[in-house]
Amino acid sequence: MQASVIEVKHLYKAYRSAAGDFPVLKDVNLQVLPGDYVAIMGPSGSGKSTFMNILGCLDMPTAGSYVLDGYAVATMAADQVAKVRNQTIGFVFQGFNLLARASLLDNVALPLVYAGVSKEERHTRARLLLEKVGLSKHLDSHPNQISGGQQQRVAIARALVNQPRLILADEPTGNLDSTTSEEIMAIFDGLNQEGITIVLVTHETDIAEHAKRQVRFLDGCIVQDTGAAIAKASGVDHV
Amino acid sequence: MFSAMLGEAWHAMGANRLRTFLTMLGMVIGVGAVVLMMAIGQGAEASVKRSISAMGSHLFVVLSGPPRMGGARTATGNAPSLNVRDANAISELYGVMGVAPVTMGKGQVVYASNNWNTDVIGTTAEYMDIRGWGLSAGYAFSASDTRSATRVALLGKTVVQNLFGDDGEVDPVGKTIRINQRPFVVLGVLDSKGQTLDGRDQDDTIIVPLTTAQRKLFGNQLPGTVRQIMVQAESDNVMSMVEEALNSLLNQRHNIREGADSDFSVRNLTAIANSAAETARTMSLLLGAIASVSLLVGGIGIMNIMLVSVTERTREIGIRMAIGARERDILMQFLLEAIMISIVGCLIGIVIGVTGAVLVSVFTQAEVIVSSASVLIAFSVAASIGVFFGFYPARKAARLNPIEALRYQ
Ligand SMILES: Nc1ncnc2c1ncn2[C@@H]1O[C@H](COP(=O)(O)OP(=O)(O)OP(=O)(O)O)[C@@H](O)[C@H]1O
Ligand SMILES: [Mg+2]
Repeated sequence: MQASVIEVKHLYKAYRSAAGDFPVLKDVNLQVLPGDYVAIMGPSGSGKSTFMNILGCLDMPTAGSYVLDGYAVATMAADQVAKVRNQTIGFVFQGFNLLARASLLDNVALPLVYAGVSKEERHTRARLLLEKVGLSKHLDSHPNQISGGQQQRVAIARALVNQPRLILADEPTGNLDSTTSEEIMAIFDGLNQEGITIVLVTHETDIAEHAKRQVRFLDGCIVQDTGAAIAKASGVDHV
Repeated sequence: MFSAMLGEAWHAMGANRLRTFLTMLGMVIGVGAVVLMMAIGQGAEASVKRSISAMGSHLFVVLSGPPRMGGARTATGNAPSLNVRDANAISELYGVMGVAPVTMGKGQVVYASNNWNTDVIGTTAEYMDIRGWGLSAGYAFSASDTRSATRVALLGKTVVQNLFGDDGEVDPVGKTIRINQRPFVVLGVLDSKGQTLDGRDQDDTIIVPLTTAQRKLFGNQLPGTVRQIMVQAESDNVMSMVEEALNSLLNQRHNIREGADSDFSVRNLTAIANSAAETARTMSLLLGAIASVSLLVGGIGIMNIMLVSVTERTREIGIRMAIGARERDILMQFLLEAIMISIVGCLIGIVIGVTGAVLVSVFTQAEVIVSSASVLIAFSVAASIGVFFGFYPARKAARLNPIEALRYQ
């Protein structure tokens, strides 16, 4: 049996406010196997982003367990979590989140700085990835000089530069028109075919249809899961 | 990785040039002030030290006239109370190495068409040894010159320059000059001594035999009287003993009863000089301390701007954390920036401080010394200020929660 990339059990998340605790995630369970391609859907405010941030080790759950690639995130030291964010996960944001002051090449190479990679190799790898997403002509441009679709390509290149096992994307096409969205999704499809596990959040059904599996959130609970194709195939009982 | 961070810090500095410059300005002024003040202080200290060694070591001067409160006024009445016999008696005291009676006055000196007004010192041959004063040309007069009151003179450098010109074409030795209308043969030229502690030019002097001065230059004085007696002790250890012996000997010779006012005063020149050196050192320290306050202010300026910068760049910090920056990476990034601002500011400050010191020495003629130690101190203090005041903002940045930082608008 294959070890899961993501294994989330009885996950709770509540935001503390003056009016008392406000639960956002209530007993979420999810298992994602290597090579899976999951689209998370659901109405606004249902907790999708909160869940993604926890998966991306940017946020911590209030209760419940999250095992990533065999390691319980809750037990990791801060530096280990940083290493996971650096090398295991590639996170793609709706708002791209590029560094405005840095060139595209430097933006893509930045995770390699934190991985301790030498300068030549950083540039070689960053250039390679920018070529892969079709931006080889813009290496020295700055984020404000290119279109939104191009910025998202850069963000994807940056997410890929450390060869992560898992790509997490929170509404990666949320700020893009439908043609550009299709182009971005084509990149994700290709990555999944290369074997990278992908979890993405989207509001649009045609985007979600690129994925192999659709999960629906409502009020902090998973209310529908088309199931892991791989899990079914390999006979693993998913939750 | 470190070099990548250095590069980023450099870029961050360049991103908001005006602000970086203003932040740096505090550092520039602080370091510039420290370097300049230390240069002035150390220069003063050095020139004091030089005057002290030019003065001669373990010296007393016994002055005619009652001791006056308030220091080094010429406490010499019209009729000097000391005489050559006092000097001879002093030379018999235990611990005394040399004694030179001194009388002095103003002299109008003439050579050819040149004219100069200067101090004339009448003393014995021993004076030169006591003061540790050598000759750059010719030779000194001897005891026999003093005995027979010959008209010979030793000229200070300033006098030579004024009588014989700066170019050194005329050799003054052997020439005849006139002092107060009387002809004197120049025996030698004195080594340059520079200024005294109170800024008088010691080279603006003529030395003649004591007897010559008494009989042929300042004839209005009582025969044998002198205005002062220079006394050199054998070593620092016997200074206090010699001082006591001087007082009791002269009291006895001048028939001064215990408790009565004496008609002479003994000054320990070495002690006065040492306290002057001490004062110069204290001043040097004080100047440095005052200047350091501006370094502190500069440091606070850096901290202030770094805090603003951390707040402004919260989102950037969030992005960096999201792609794998560890706390210490963020800490280093902001710390490096603070250190870089202070070090660049410090370098500019050193340049300005050194330039200022040069200007001061050019315009005031005061001695300034820019020592590598003072530059190094300023540099390391500036760097530590960068670390010290950069640390809190950097730690604040490093402790940000990634998701909150990313949400920051
Ligand atoms: N920092 C926070 N403090 C308090 N409440 C929060 C915070 N972040 C999110 N929430 C609340 O948690 C709930 C879920 O938010 P979340 O962003 O996960 O929704 P979402 O499903 O991603 O919605 P959308 O589709 O609009 O992006 C919302 O009701 C929101 O108000
Ligand atoms: Mg969302």
